[in-house]
Amino acid sequence: MKKNRTNISRVIARNVAEILTIGLVAFFIAPLILVLLNASKTNSQIITNALSLPTNWNTLIKNVVTIWNNPNLRYPQALISSTIVTFFSLSGITIFSAMAAWVLLRTRTKLSSAIFMMFVAAMVIPFQVVMFPLVKWFGVFSKFTGIPMLRSYFGIIVAYIGFGSSMSIFMFHGFMKSIPHEIEEAAYVDGCGKIKTFFYIVLPILKPIYVTILILNGIWIWNDFLLPMLVLGKGTPVQTLPLAVNNFAGAFLVSWDLMMTAILMALVPVVIFFLAAQKHIIKGMVEGSVK
Amino acid sequence: MKKPHNIFKKDPNRGLERDLRNQKLIFWLFLFPALFSFFMVQIIPFAIGIYYSFTNWSATAQLSIDWVGMKNYIESFKDFRFLYSTMITTIYTVLNIISVNVVAFFLAMLDTSKLKGRNIYRAGFFLPNIIGGIILGYIWQFIFNQFIPKAAAAIGFSYFSTHLMLGDVKTAVLAMVIVSTWQYAGYIMMIYVAALQNVPADLLEAAQIDGANAWHRFKNITIPMVMPAFTITMFMTLVNSFKQFDVNVSLTGGGPSTTFMGIAIKGTTLLAMHINETSSIYLNTAQARAKAIVFFLVIVSFSLLQVTLTKRKEVEL
Repeated sequence: MKKNRTNISRVIARNVAEILTIGLVAFFIAPLILVLLNASKTNSQIITNALSLPTNWNTLIKNVVTIWNNPNLRYPQALISSTIVTFFSLSGITIFSAMAAWVLLRTRTKLSSAIFMMFVAAMVIPFQVVMFPLVKWFGVFSKFTGIPMLRSYFGIIVAYIGFGSSMSIFMFHGFMKSIPHEIEEAAYVDGCGKIKTFFYIVLPILKPIYVTILILNGIWIWNDFLLPMLVLGKGTPVQTLPLAVNNFAGAFLVSWDLMMTAILMALVPVVIFFLAAQKHIIKGMVEGSVK
Repeated sequence: MKKPHNIFKKDPNRGLERDLRNQKLIFWLFLFPALFSFFMVQIIPFAIGIYYSFTNWSATAQLSIDWVGMKNYIESFKDFRFLYSTMITTIYTVLNIISVNVVAFFLAMLDTSKLKGRNIYRAGFFLPNIIGGIILGYIWQFIFNQFIPKAAAAIGFSYFSTHLMLGDVKTAVLAMVIVSTWQYAGYIMMIYVAALQNVPADLLEAAQIDGANAWHRFKNITIPMVMPAFTITMFMTLVNSFKQFDVNVSLTGGGPSTTFMGIAIKGTTLLAMHINETSSIYLNTAQARAKAIVFFLVIVSFSLLQVTLTKRKEVEL
């Protein structure tokens, strides 16, 4: 009897928890649904009643077309720029950080641990501390070397690799510690050179951690606002999506229907990516945070 | 019998030397790309920033940049706007750490209680975290300015239909806490979920058999076992709250206005934003550097203090 009763109360408790959680999830996604609903209305409809459901979904298509062709936002260009910046920055961060972390871990000298500590310590440097000197330094560097650092893809990609390397090296380093040294030694004894050992033996083992690193850095880079604003500048040919939306908001903040549509269109790539790679993202985050 | 002997004798010194030289070359070769970009964007600008904080560098045109010693630091601490920002940032940070961690831990407890749709729920909670601060701030500006007043009017809650949350300093800070909790709780939740899953089920069961109730099991097993996760989450929320900028810009823009020590001030200007404005609005670039260095030192000491305090409470199984 007693056992039966505890079972029933447990089932009830579980169902209550289930319903509560569903409610909370709804609360968490509600703001995004609100964006979709209000992007499907005209501005006067929003002003008179922000709560109402859209009456005509064609308004959404009309708004999307307006935003797509908007000369302040330049959505298609911004989408391409964001993709290029994110892709090359991520490739750089992952490969270069893995390489650096590996030699820093496998070379046991005071110098290597000092360099590693420097990378890790830099994680606490707030961006505000370095941002203006960074722009000035990039300007000076360009003047002397002729390599364009400001308003260029190259400059912002180098910047992202530099800022992303701290955390990535820290994470790779932590993960590599768990790889038995014997695997590499075996490869080395079999005549595999150091470079080959790294690319053929170590890199493949790192897969779980570089999925995490790609995701963590990818989300940050795709959404970042301040660094592109400083390095690329507003209204220049290379504009990432957050910059573009901000340019647009400056001009159109009163027009809520178009603002909501712009937000919606900025959200779409992220949400699609999230839904497609959701399992990897969440698994990656779990593994990444524990390391 | 002769062969192995020969192998061992084969010029051991020269091989070793070449190996070491190779190793050094590979060390620097592998390190170079990361180290180069790291120096380009962190170390060199950091050093330049420290140097400029002791000069009279300004955003306006000037003939020479002169060394002025501690002047910028002293003036920073005489600046009421800076003091106010420090205060409001501290308040925001404390509220945010509590709010994010309580919500995240609660969600994690729910999520690990063997719910059917837990993967879908996780995705739902996590989703806000992948949206950028700028975009997110605009979404919530819409909610606070358009949606809440109308929703409040519809259900007859007249206070919020006439008072905009972003129109008053106290509620505007609260609004920022709500937005950052919404953004961050799902991520912090995942760290707690990982930690909670590492709590050995047989340990909990053994305690249950020994007669420990749910609260005791929670207090004496779960909490100590997830302490390492607390170190991580506290550190992350602390640093992130203190550095908050994006949501500040797009949600409140630093406003609304209020008065502090007799001067008009923008009520929700957090430190990061204040440092920006010192240089972009007040054009005092060198003083902005000094404030940034102070900001940096505060973050470092906070984090060190926090990590040592929490580390002490960790247990190893």
